[in-house]
Amino acid sequence: MSTHLHNPPLLTVRDLCVEFATRKGPVTAVRSVNLQVAKGETLGIVGESGSGKSVTSYAVMRILDRAGRIVSGGIEFGGMQLHDAPEDMMSDLRGREISMIFQNPRAALNPIRTVGKQIEDVLIRHAQATHEQAKAKAIEALERVRIRDAARRYHAYPFELSGGMCQRVVIAIALACKPQLLIADEPTTGLDVTTQKAVMELVRELTRSEGMSTLLITHDLGLAGEYCDRIIVMEKGEVVEQQDTAKLFTAPAHPYTRRLIRSTPHAAATIRDLMPDDQRLPLPPTMIVSDEPLLEVKNLVKQFDAPGGVLQRIRNRGKKEAGYRAVDNVSFSIARGESVGLVGESGCGKSTTSAMVMRLLDATAGSIRFKGQELTAVTAAAFARSPQRRELQMVFQDPHESLNPRATAAQSIADPLLRLEGMTNNAEIRARVEALATQVGLQHELLDRLPHQLSGGQKARVGIARAISTKPELLILDEPTAALDVSVQAVVLNLLADLKAEFGMSYLFVSHDLEVVRLLCDRVIVMRAGSIVESGPTAQVLSAPQAEYTRELLSAIPRPAHLPAHGAPVTEAVRA
Amino acid sequence: MNDAVMTSPIAAASPRTSAWSRGFAHFRYVMTSNPVTFLAFVMLAAMIAVAVFGPSLVPHDPLATAADKALKPPTWQHWFGTDQLGRDVFSRVVVATRLDLLISVSAVALSFVCGALMGACAGYWGGWFDKLSGRMLDTIMAFPLFVLAMGIVAAAGNTIQNIVIATAIINLPFYARVARAEVSIRRNAGYVQAARLSGNSELRILIAKILPNTLPPMMVQLSLNMGWAILNAAGLSFIGLGVRPPTAEWGIMVAEGANYIVSGEWWLALFPGAALMLAVFTFNLLGDGLRDLVDPQRRT
Amino acid sequence: MGQLAIIFARVLQAIPTLIGIIIVTFLLTRALPGDPAAYFAGAAATPESIAEIRANLGLDQPLPVQFLKYVQDLGTGNLGQSVSTGQPVATELLRRLPASLELTLTALLLSVAVAIPLGVLAAVRQDTWIDQLCRFVVTAGVSLPTFFTGLLLVYVFYFLLGVAPAPLGRLDLMHIAPPQITGFLVFDSLIAREWGTAWSAAKQLLLPSITLALFTLAPIARMTRASMLQALSSEYLRTARAAGLSRGRVLMVYAFRNALLPVVTTLGMVFSFTLGANVLVEKVFAWPGIGSFAIEALVVSDYAAVQGFVLSMAVLFVVLNLFIDTLYTLIDPRVQVDG
Repeated sequence: MSTHLHNPPLLTVRDLCVEFATRKGPVTAVRSVNLQVAKGETLGIVGESGSGKSVTSYAVMRILDRAGRIVSGGIEFGGMQLHDAPEDMMSDLRGREISMIFQNPRAALNPIRTVGKQIEDVLIRHAQATHEQAKAKAIEALERVRIRDAARRYHAYPFELSGGMCQRVVIAIALACKPQLLIADEPTTGLDVTTQKAVMELVRELTRSEGMSTLLITHDLGLAGEYCDRIIVMEKGEVVEQQDTAKLFTAPAHPYTRRLIRSTPHAAATIRDLMPDDQRLPLPPTMIVSDEPLLEVKNLVKQFDAPGGVLQRIRNRGKKEAGYRAVDNVSFSIARGESVGLVGESGCGKSTTSAMVMRLLDATAGSIRFKGQELTAVTAAAFARSPQRRELQMVFQDPHESLNPRATAAQSIADPLLRLEGMTNNAEIRARVEALATQVGLQHELLDRLPHQLSGGQKARVGIARAISTKPELLILDEPTAALDVSVQAVVLNLLADLKAEFGMSYLFVSHDLEVVRLLCDRVIVMRAGSIVESGPTAQVLSAPQAEYTRELLSAIPRPAHLPAHGAPVTEAVRA
Repeated sequence: MNDAVMTSPIAAASPRTSAWSRGFAHFRYVMTSNPVTFLAFVMLAAMIAVAVFGPSLVPHDPLATAADKALKPPTWQHWFGTDQLGRDVFSRVVVATRLDLLISVSAVALSFVCGALMGACAGYWGGWFDKLSGRMLDTIMAFPLFVLAMGIVAAAGNTIQNIVIATAIINLPFYARVARAEVSIRRNAGYVQAARLSGNSELRILIAKILPNTLPPMMVQLSLNMGWAILNAAGLSFIGLGVRPPTAEWGIMVAEGANYIVSGEWWLALFPGAALMLAVFTFNLLGDGLRDLVDPQRRT
Repeated sequence: MGQLAIIFARVLQAIPTLIGIIIVTFLLTRALPGDPAAYFAGAAATPESIAEIRANLGLDQPLPVQFLKYVQDLGTGNLGQSVSTGQPVATELLRRLPASLELTLTALLLSVAVAIPLGVLAAVRQDTWIDQLCRFVVTAGVSLPTFFTGLLLVYVFYFLLGVAPAPLGRLDLMHIAPPQITGFLVFDSLIAREWGTAWSAAKQLLLPSITLALFTLAPIARMTRASMLQALSSEYLRTARAAGLSRGRVLMVYAFRNALLPVVTTLGMVFSFTLGANVLVEKVFAWPGIGSFAIEALVVSDYAAVQGFVLSMAVLFVVLNLFIDTLYTLIDPRVQVDG
């Protein structure tokens, strides 16, 4: 795809440095960044959180917030110098020549203005339409982003549209004036994988047909690999590598790039492949999965009631359904030592199912048997006193939110020991906590810190230490790595695999990410709209899916053509 | 920036200091990082000192009348002048501090405790108690609050005790609502679910895990309401409810001085009014400081 | 679902509140310690007259029966007799209501007109002198007792400078009140083309309404600043800026309209403060409204009057809140979802 390089550069960033004023003095967020975007080219900027990738794009748009400022360097766009351009000129360029789309599309739209009006505002601002034509042009713009029934949607408010639909509106606003450059800042983060695919395909198609250049900013190397001609890798405010996409994947030059490619799950054959070579251990011994079921779930149902109240009743008049069924007749079982993945998109009922199994939520109907005993006999509220509480534990999705902000790491880990094990001797508790910290690889000097003094990976370890402190037999992992950077995710996944082997636990791994499930689970269950659509051994479901929906999910995962998928031998260059 | 916080030298250097010394270090940090907070705490300390020691230190008897010295402007002998009965205004302003603080502190303490408990239970368990208490609070809030306080004192009897109760009742909804909202957003937070899995009983979760985390917003509400409670109590005595002459109380002193303003004797009303203002001002400034003090996110 | 239906539902929701108000005002005089008959009889009553009043008021009946009678009386607009004036309480209140409304509404308009631009400016020019000014006004505003501000203003503008009239009611003695049409003296005298009277009434109104406005300025300005800052840092504002919309449009259409929503919600609380502070201001300026009527009644233990006052203030407050809810429904499309 290097053909674009022969085109004249549309955007040139030279030695860009951006600083933020903080209470502790200025912090450099971006250091000496150089990049070029050619006409018609799609350039990806990839990096983990704090790499400065978004700041770079905000600097180009000159929409850094008040604390941020361009310290030095140049930004040239189509022959104009942007880094010191007056605000009037920038305001004319924004939306007309350079546009931007954002993460979290719902929040990116004015909540109390109809989407049609928001598109009109841009058209009128940049003299693309008069007040008389504006409505027709806005509807046209909505049609261009494939919004069905655009004339009606013109009057819709953002809260009346789905997340994917809102992102289409944001795209319509960005492309309304046919700009030369589109900056997409994590445009699909938080969207389901099938919606992500639809949005990305739309962006690609529209920008290509108009010959626009695109700057795609993402943390997802796979996404960048599939949609970009060239990729820039950033780490801690600096560009570490800049390559054609194919070359970046086949012959990455910088060690950080190699590590990033490594920790992206879909290139790995085993969980150990995610780790850098110097940190790779032999695979944990495969567990012998016994035939004896540890957990049996039968015909589980959860029905949520419709909210009451005068207004709701007026609103609901004429509607038949009261409430909705989050989980509808779900049955599955987990054998001792087995690791089962529960996969689906947001709202499919996977979290509700896991909360019921964990006894945090009462089921409407159905049975949950654990080691032959019926768990639903005890209500969720009373389950804290049940002897089985120790044997069923959970690792939560957001490692930060799942730690009490006022408790130190040691106090969080000790909590189950105090309540469930009845330990009272402080010295004994401390010893156990330290032993657990060692097991999860948490330095002992971190134990007396509060959650906000720990990094994301460290908080994840605290959460895991707490969950395994009572040596549970079944551990539910609710998207334990969804909030983590890929390199941290790699470490945490490996830790989980080791702990499973060490303690002989069974896992129910709840995730939206099929690639992660593939590395960790023996069997997989795919859920949609409260029901199971497919289940079976992981390898079988992923390589030969039976259900249409599973196929759809699998095909929606961004998979760069250059990357050997599913653990085919990785090129020597990546190994090096 | 997260990493900067993580490896801050303070946290790394003192991993196992006791909770007390850590708390004190944090107190010192908040005091030194924000001069306004420091000022507010100094003013509060001064006010408490005046309330405790003032009555035994004042130069004149606050109740002693002297017809020959009536309505004298401030002099070296009478710093704040004398009132229509020749009483020393300075002594009366100083002595009134204790009563005014006592009324507002007890009123706010009463409504804080009742409101926090009520709101916390309503927010945590929901159900009929939530509905009932919500309806009750709505009814209180349906009145203009000062007017309701007037009605309560008028009906229950014109005593200081009833002023405290009335002020507590009209403050109740603020605490109950903040507590309910703060508890109900945390009811299913990750760390609360984790506490359930760790075998904590529901009551322990509410008291030991959730309530301490709702303290920062409650504290801010507390200090803001403190000022408001003083204003309300003083307002009630200004219109002749609760405190009766010749008791020294800021509100009633301003009311008595009001009659002399139009003829130019400004000192009667100005000094108690200024004292009242200063007290309210102190509590309002304190609000932000308290939030910094109890919010662990601000600790380094 | 149409907005009319939502507004209708809001009106329905006010009914339980009204019932609560009626119960509370009933309880205030009947269920609390002390002898209500003695209250209603007034300070200078004999045991015989108290007994007579007890029978007259039906206080010898069981509580539910008394309550029913109370509700019946309310239904016919009967709030009892005022001991101090000898007139029906309802008549007294109605006669004085326009004075209170004139003062309250003028003050509210004044404070909204100053507080909202001040809050917006403070947010837009964050950390500049105007922001500091706003912070000062807000902190001072919530710290100043209304009655004290009123007295200070009287001292400075009446006694020292002599530019304001004496704080004695709605009109000075030189002028005669115009025929009552709206009840608002300034309007009525304008309608009657009595310019001198209108000017005099306006001058009388100025200081008390400034006093009251100073008090309500603080919460409105504080809320405007906070919600404007929130809107300014929102993601949709970033989108609007990234689309190159002009600064004026970004500020007015995107930031300000969104920032207004929480301000409208705060107005409910502000009304509550205003109606309470109104009583104090009326006393300071000898304003002949329902607040000073209530204070006079308190002094002579005229409890029917106080009860009627509390009830009518509460009803007024409910009506104002309904107005706010309706306004909110009209400007926020999301109300239909949040319920």
